[in-house]
Amino acid sequence: MSNFAVEALNIERNFNGGEVRALDDVSLHVPQGEVFGLLGPNGSGKTTMVRILSTILLPTSGTATVNGFDVVKQPDAVRRSIGLAGQYATVDENLTGSENLRMIGSLNHLEKSIVIPRSKDLLEQFGLSDAANRTTKTYSGGMRRRLDLAAALVANPPLLFLDEPTTGLDPQSRQDLWAIIEGLVEGGTTVLLTTQYLEEADRLAKQLVVLDHGKIIAEGTSQQLKTRLGNTVLVLSFSNTDDASRAAKLVGDVSKQPANIDGTVVELTVEHGPNAAAEALRRIDTAKIVLTGLTLREPSLDDVFLNLTGHKAEDPPSNDNDAPSSKRRSRKESV
Amino acid sequence: MSTSAQAPARSTRSSLRWAVSDVLTMAKRNLIALVRIPTSLVFAVIQPVMFVLLFRYVFGGVINVPHTAYVNYLIPGILVQTTIFGAVGTAIGLAEDLQRGLIERFRALPMARMAVLAGRTVSDLARNVGVLIVITVVGIAVGFRPHGGIPDYLAACMLMLLFAYCLSWGFAFVGLAAPNSETAQAISFPIIFPITFASAIFVPVDKMPGWLQPFAIHQPVSQAADAVRGLMLGTPVGNSVWVTIAWSIGAIAILGPLATARYRKVA
Repeated sequence: MSNFAVEALNIERNFNGGEVRALDDVSLHVPQGEVFGLLGPNGSGKTTMVRILSTILLPTSGTATVNGFDVVKQPDAVRRSIGLAGQYATVDENLTGSENLRMIGSLNHLEKSIVIPRSKDLLEQFGLSDAANRTTKTYSGGMRRRLDLAAALVANPPLLFLDEPTTGLDPQSRQDLWAIIEGLVEGGTTVLLTTQYLEEADRLAKQLVVLDHGKIIAEGTSQQLKTRLGNTVLVLSFSNTDDASRAAKLVGDVSKQPANIDGTVVELTVEHGPNAAAEALRRIDTAKIVLTGLTLREPSLDDVFLNLTGHKAEDPPSNDNDAPSSKRRSRKESV
Repeated sequence: MSTSAQAPARSTRSSLRWAVSDVLTMAKRNLIALVRIPTSLVFAVIQPVMFVLLFRYVFGGVINVPHTAYVNYLIPGILVQTTIFGAVGTAIGLAEDLQRGLIERFRALPMARMAVLAGRTVSDLARNVGVLIVITVVGIAVGFRPHGGIPDYLAACMLMLLFAYCLSWGFAFVGLAAPNSETAQAISFPIIFPITFASAIFVPVDKMPGWLQPFAIHQPVSQAADAVRGLMLGTPVGNSVWVTIAWSIGAIAILGPLATARYRKVA
């Protein structure tokens, strides 16, 4: 058998009778025992991929095996070997935390004698012991996510699908969840994680696939992606658009990537922030252009997208240019 | 493709026993929700009691029924009415589960696939048993005197539960077809109002206008009300018992597969 926890080949999924192509020729190889990241903005097909791999949805074409079982032909075997948790934190609001876990345990066909102590341990482990006997309606967002994750772990599956586990969470809850996920992986669990956050993928995932409009546009380790992208974004602000475009021409070669001009703001992804900032300042000062602001920041998913696709993560696909799918496909590359 | 991968060890119970266990697990969760959500408990228990009091003491004085006191006519009708109104809860509950993504989560579990719908209809059945007991007790307290004897009373209850169970499948379909729980509720009321009120539940149909009578006499709810009432009061039931059983079996033969097909499609 393969050593991959997930092996998906040429997965395609259409909706509305082919009108919408949510996934287009997506292949994944998720190694066992590590976190694999599926990075992309809303609507890029991440959740559709997770739904196919967790047997909720059938692929239009392509094949996938999960823990060695075919998702179409052996859905029950797949279901017995996975846990699923996600942004919707689908816990039953009318049940208590403990009742939720016991229900999921029972639906996983585990005997009571296993489920009861297991639920108790998980509640304890995730800091929910005090809330164990309260209905989950009263839980905070972070508590729900933790319970949702605990529910996915009741049957002790070797593979976990986490669909945007921290979307919408406050920074502290996010940190807590990250720590939990890291602990799970240390214990040998394989995690397929989808996220919109580069930071999250960077922190947790060893290998990444970047999805855009249902296609893989880049794959590699997060370090490879970042190196290609540059480690820092230099943001320069001006008082008017003329100054901005003049300055962009002057400082363009500070970055390997083309400068991004957005009104009065110029952004450059650079290798070494302070050096690049100093160089840019010198040139702008020499040209006697007035700078109104300068910031250095970590690259965001938007920056990745801008660099990989030429459009921002939030933008709908543009129809006015001649960028058919073949052109976008040509941008697909391993970094 | 390799099949050598091992799923984690599970219990050795047969799949049929696990399917039964899944249905009961789902039914239990629905019943817990019924008890914990105040509005659903009001809907299930308080409202029928209010109907009993309303018709017994407010409207009852002006309604004349042949051969018996109005309260004896009323209580069997209320029993049928309550099960119909209760079935709306099936639609709302399923629509809510769908909306919240719970059914999607269930789909990724190795549970029996039919357990979501079967569990829902089984919890409805349990709720109806409870309602039956409450209304019988309240009815007797306000003067209801069934003269049909205990075996016939139990037969009436069984008939009513059968009728209600089949109805649950119909409303399960409504719940799965609706985009959200509010719509499920909105779709349900235009269905249940005519069949409940243009029926022999509260008043004899022969006092209704001539154009309405053919519908009111023959529609399944009237037949069920006539059958349940006849058995409880020990009065002639005519064909109504058989007609009700026929309607019930016919309904489940059509609505059961319809709801199941819809479930496969949406979930």
